Amino acid sequence: MKSLRRTALVLLAAIYLAGLSAAWLAPAGYANQFRESAGAPPSRAFLLGTDDLGRDSFSRLLYGSRLSLTLAPAAALLATLIAALVGITAGYAGGWIEICLMRVTDLFLSIPWLFLLLIVRAFLPLNVRPLESVAITFCLLGLLGWAGPARVLRSATHELKTEDYMVQARARGCRPLRLMLKHLLPNLEPIAAAQFWISVPIFILSEANLGFLGLGVAEPLPSWGNLLGGLQSMDAQSGPWRLAPLALLIVVMTCFHLVVPEENLSK
Amino acid sequence: MRRVCILLALLAAAGASARELRFCLRADPKTFNPLEVSEEPDEIIRYLTGGVLIRMNRLTQQLEGELAESWKVSATGRVDFKLRPGVRFSDGAPLTADDVVFTLRTLLDPASHSPAGDPFRVGKGTVTVSALGGSKVAVVFPTPIAGVERLFDQVVISNARALEKSTRPAEMPVLGPYRVAEYRAGSYVLLGRNPFYWKKDGKGRQLPYIDAIRLPIQQNRDLELLRFIGGDLDLINKMDADSFNRLAAKQPAAARNAGRSLESEQMWFNQVARAPMAAYKKEWFTSREFRRAVSLAINRADIARVVFKGRAAPALGPVSPANKFWFNAALKPEAYDPAAALDALARIGFHLDGAALRDRRGKAVEFSVITNSGNKARERIASMMQQDLARIGIRLNVVTLDFASLIERMTRTFDYESCLLGLVNVDLDPSAQMNIWLSSAANHPWNPGQPTPETAWEAEIDRLMRAQAREASPGRRKTAFDRVQEIVRDQAPVLYLVDKDSLSAISESLGNVSPAVLDPQTFWNIERLYFRAPASGSGR
Repeated sequence: MKSLRRTALVLLAAIYLAGLSAAWLAPAGYANQFRESAGAPPSRAFLLGTDDLGRDSFSRLLYGSRLSLTLAPAAALLATLIAALVGITAGYAGGWIEICLMRVTDLFLSIPWLFLLLIVRAFLPLNVRPLESVAITFCLLGLLGWAGPARVLRSATHELKTEDYMVQARARGCRPLRLMLKHLLPNLEPIAAAQFWISVPIFILSEANLGFLGLGVAEPLPSWGNLLGGLQSMDAQSGPWRLAPLALLIVVMTCFHLVVPEENLSK
Repeated sequence: MRRVCILLALLAAAGASARELRFCLRADPKTFNPLEVSEEPDEIIRYLTGGVLIRMNRLTQQLEGELAESWKVSATGRVDFKLRPGVRFSDGAPLTADDVVFTLRTLLDPASHSPAGDPFRVGKGTVTVSALGGSKVAVVFPTPIAGVERLFDQVVISNARALEKSTRPAEMPVLGPYRVAEYRAGSYVLLGRNPFYWKKDGKGRQLPYIDAIRLPIQQNRDLELLRFIGGDLDLINKMDADSFNRLAAKQPAAARNAGRSLESEQMWFNQVARAPMAAYKKEWFTSREFRRAVSLAINRADIARVVFKGRAAPALGPVSPANKFWFNAALKPEAYDPAAALDALARIGFHLDGAALRDRRGKAVEFSVITNSGNKARERIASMMQQDLARIGIRLNVVTLDFASLIERMTRTFDYESCLLGLVNVDLDPSAQMNIWLSSAANHPWNPGQPTPETAWEAEIDRLMRAQAREASPGRRKTAFDRVQEIVRDQAPVLYLVDKDSLSAISESLGNVSPAVLDPQTFWNIERLYFRAPASGSGR
């Protein structure tokens, strides 16, 4: 199991490194259209062929990896931090604080996000540059994706609060802040980590759907989301190389799960 | 008793084996009332089951008498119809002049809210309809309407009895080749032959040839194609280029391209004075030279080749060559010439600063184009324009929006800079496009609802459009509309990008199919379609 984890770690590091070095590794710019070679199969010139506009799929995958592997975890981290703050506070404090925080969480879960996102789009300027669109997209994902994990963390906090070691610590006069930082947080960390890992692929796919509302990563910037979105119109006769973004997503997510200790996820 | 049962079972089996024509509806029909039709599935049912006074031949684009044996249009705005004798509804009742009067009066009644009635209510005053005795009907318009006869192609003749039964379609008497036999919501509509249909073929045989039509309700176009390839469907209309090429690879004989369609892709700049946009951008967009330069920098041939896989052609102007009479053949294709575009921009004070184009104030030229999300072809066109315009230093930001937001921005808030959309001219006559070309019209794309024309060339278009609408002579109308097309090409308020091909799938076992560019492409002559005998392949 250890060697498997090590292999996954190496693979993940290699993919991250490749993504970060996209500017040097990519044989072509992500936006360059080789229109005479639109939809071309893999060749020496185009390692993974070209997309419908003749853009080099390998280069786009590299640039897309850089973007998604940096920003999806960042958005997941933001969502998990908010979730931890809300969930742990609610679970630990109890009483009216818990009621208030959980009502806000319920409200977040029940809001029809489609309409809210439409309003957000209406307020944003149309001339948003691709990089700005990326920042907006992942901030939105991070700010909107915390409510589910917050409930999980609140339940876990509730359970841990009544554990023997917590009762003993309290009986020995341990202050609430120390109790939280020394006893509660270390035990909640695996659950928070699991919520984080679960959020990463969800955010990658959500980003593709946000594009439908004019909020996703803007053309011509590639992301895993819009590369995967392109598979929706993929013809069954297209070559298997067009599935490369999907294969990479599966590899990365498998690696993530192998890298994270199993007991963390099972908790 | 047992013999009777066996006989009935055999008859049922024979009925089941009789081949039905099958093609998909993209959604459930909203209504079976022919006067309330507004959506495509309803229109298909109306076309297949309805009888009209005059029908436009979808292939020749000429009007032909159907229920009207003859008609005469006078210069004063009066149309006289003489009904064909011996026509009967599907329940056996004869067609009378009173039925025609009832239909037209119902259609024209504002309380009926009939979409088919709207084109008849263009002028001031009321339209009067009267039976003149025998089989003659007169329709008198308050003012002459150019090309008024074509409006009757959409008017299905009915009667009070039929409209009462429109909620029970299987009982509704009709005058078309088919009648509704069964409707299962969300599943299918089954049409059976109208036993009293008036048309016969050259050999005196009763039409239609095919006994029944089954219309499965299928929204997913990929599944529709798979069902066609599997032999479960006989026709597909309005295919996109990707699906068409997929079919052509598998069944080349079934993939039919009828040439240029009436559907085009186009882009325009927002020229609304009160639009929430920087003044310098308004100055760019209202400049003819700027618009012409952008037009020169767009590679239309590449869009046709890459996005539509060669199933489209660079557009020449506002009217597609598919519109045989009204197309202005004198218009030349727009050149793709980035160098000429830069020269033209330089003449009005723009200059290249490194890779960025700047106006005479030093403002970098950057604007956004909005289009509807989910339309892959349009998203690809926008990406290609982005690269084309980058070559002359213009930064184009592509924004995809849901359709409702797009319409809101285009028609109410005017909060956009340029827009990329498609347009289909369903009516060939320019009078049907007054709501687009008149500067005061709500659908005037680049600057709607102008109290008075804001530019001299828009005033000229208004004058020409009104003149052609008053004129009776087709030749003089054509001259006026040709001039409108020339002005639009010259001023470039709309950049016409490509005209798409009319693509369809037709089962090889079907005979007499002649796909046309007008709706309904493949089954416009439904009563004459037939299934070839498996071995003989003989025609009718």
